[in-house]
Amino acid sequence: MSNAQKHWEKSRSLLWVTLAIWAVFSMGIFLFGAEMNEVTGPFGYPWTYWFTCQGSLGIFVILLFWFANRQEKIDEEFGFNERGDD
Amino acid sequence: MIKGKFIDNLPKVYGIYTGGFIGFIILMAIGEQMGMTAKAIGIAFVAFTIFIYALIGYLSRTAQADAYYVAGRQVPTVFNGMATAADWMSGASFVAMAGGIYFKGYGYMALLVGWTGGYILVATLLAPYLRKFGCYTVPDFIGTRYGGNLARFSAVVVLTVASFTYVTAQINATGTIASVALDIDFKYAVYVGLISILLCSMLGGMRAVTWTQVAQYIVLIIAYLLPVFWISNKMGAGFFPHFMLADEVARIGELEQQFGFVKNSAADLATVPKGLAGITKAHSAVNATPWAFISLALAMMMGTASLPHVMMRYFTTPSVKAARKSVGWSLFFIFLLYSSAPMLATLSKLSLIDPNLSTGIIGKSFAEVQSIDWFQNWNQANLMFISDFNGNGTLELNEFFMGGKAVVLATPEIAGLPYVISGLVAAGGMAAAMSTADGLILAIANAISHDVYYKMIDPKAETAKRLLVARALLVVIGFAGATIAALEIQGILGSVIWAFDFAMSGLFFPLVLGVWWKRANRQGAIAGMLGGLAAGTWYLVWVRTGGSGFLGITQLTFGIFGSAVSLVAMVVVSLMTQEPDKATQKMVDEVRIPSGRTVTGK
Repeated sequence: MSNAQKHWEKSRSLLWVTLAIWAVFSMGIFLFGAEMNEVTGPFGYPWTYWFTCQGSLGIFVILLFWFANRQEKIDEEFGFNERGDD
Repeated sequence: MIKGKFIDNLPKVYGIYTGGFIGFIILMAIGEQMGMTAKAIGIAFVAFTIFIYALIGYLSRTAQADAYYVAGRQVPTVFNGMATAADWMSGASFVAMAGGIYFKGYGYMALLVGWTGGYILVATLLAPYLRKFGCYTVPDFIGTRYGGNLARFSAVVVLTVASFTYVTAQINATGTIASVALDIDFKYAVYVGLISILLCSMLGGMRAVTWTQVAQYIVLIIAYLLPVFWISNKMGAGFFPHFMLADEVARIGELEQQFGFVKNSAADLATVPKGLAGITKAHSAVNATPWAFISLALAMMMGTASLPHVMMRYFTTPSVKAARKSVGWSLFFIFLLYSSAPMLATLSKLSLIDPNLSTGIIGKSFAEVQSIDWFQNWNQANLMFISDFNGNGTLELNEFFMGGKAVVLATPEIAGLPYVISGLVAAGGMAAAMSTADGLILAIANAISHDVYYKMIDPKAETAKRLLVARALLVVIGFAGATIAALEIQGILGSVIWAFDFAMSGLFFPLVLGVWWKRANRQGAIAGMLGGLAAGTWYLVWVRTGGSGFLGITQLTFGIFGSAVSLVAMVVVSLMTQEPDKATQKMVDEVRIPSGRTVTGK
């Protein structure tokens, strides 16, 4: 397998991991919205309410920065990194 | 004061700008103490900020295609994040979102989750790859990846339908705010809004829009957060509302129990002015089925990843790596506002309905409520209404009606904040609506000027002529949008959601599969775009004309049906026709490698 192919394999598994986390916090947990809302969560808000106000949104922000860093590491590993340009 | 290149000085330039804006707020506050009227403050805020944007627009004028279409591809990640956030957060996010949460509770929160979660799709599936491609517009990617004028043209059609639906809502919002702040008729205010929008974008295209959007983000985020924190502190609800409103949320639940949700008769409701609503849904309880919530969130997420005015912001970063990081910053800046909207809704609702608070009006006598200054103001503005349905002389929860916009616009006044805050909020709403309208009009005009005019009609046109066409289109599309906005067909929020559904119906799978599925070919993409758009439109018309719909897909989520048809059509037609040629496959391979020259070689 060529270098580019290996890079793409690794990038693709990172994609699946990222999308799995995304699916859980954007859709999965809301299958149990009513049950989850009975329980008190962070800062005293009901869990489901907290997820819709802050939780899911905040997790998405963290997930995006995590994803960008992981992808950069993968790019470096295969020598596809770019000049220092951020 | 400022030496060297503009890009290197950005933090300094916008630091001075922010300081200047805060100085202006303080100046207005002093003016208010010295007897400046509320109206004068409102006019000063809106006029001053529009003047600054126009100035930035003028200073960013350009005669180069690269600067006009993609801001020279040198916008740093953090600033591109701010610009995207302003591009993204529309008049609807600013003015109507807290109101939507206030009235609809949980069912509406799907939009918050959807409008943020969509960025994960943008960052993982599309933005870095489209940046590597090096195109000017989204149809440019479709046209080059799949080849042929028909594919390119189909993408322009979907883009125009989606963005145009959206832009009328934004011009409508600028009109609403301009008409309130400047006290002129809505019919004319719409055109005042439009001219302000064009001043920002006409001379400098994407470059001018980028730098005005950063300036607009700073205004809108100050205008949103300052009142939320101030009100929370004034009510004694907590100095950092996001972490401290659990008691208030619980208290609203208690009051809902105590008052109960009394259903009004149809005859009584008919006397309520159009557009106003009462509190009929629980604030924090789960009031929607899992599928209703998830389908709406999913539609908004896929729509986010298909809206060209957002995608093209990531064409302006210096590199692929920067494009990826920039999506993270965008979402961070969006998060700052979105996570505050539910807090504002909570504070607003509690201050109105809690009889223990001095601002609470439920349980007071009608004569008393009618004598309150702010009630008279907002009643006159047609955003508040009370009516004694049961004739007991006391205001009940089901007898109080409010417009969705009032949550953002009126809460500062209700909580007793100085008028300078209301002026600031008007400037923020104007900034939010203008920045989104700018991005949208530019997306449409650029697609038509670059993809239709330059790539299809006159490929030999010189840069000067291309940019002239681009600017002329900007004006034409702006006026068309304003004319339709003046007709007021659909409320601000309805048309925003439709835009997402149109975009995902036609563009989501052709874009994603263009990167992720080598076998996707021209015929498949055309079938996907036109089939998806047609199917989505048909479903919308069918449901609007009394159709029952299926699988719980409503007129707000019709994109789920449209994109499913698009996916099937694209896969089936692709597999039935020849696979793309070697050159195209090599192009896809190259898109997947983040380093090196762009695919189009620019």
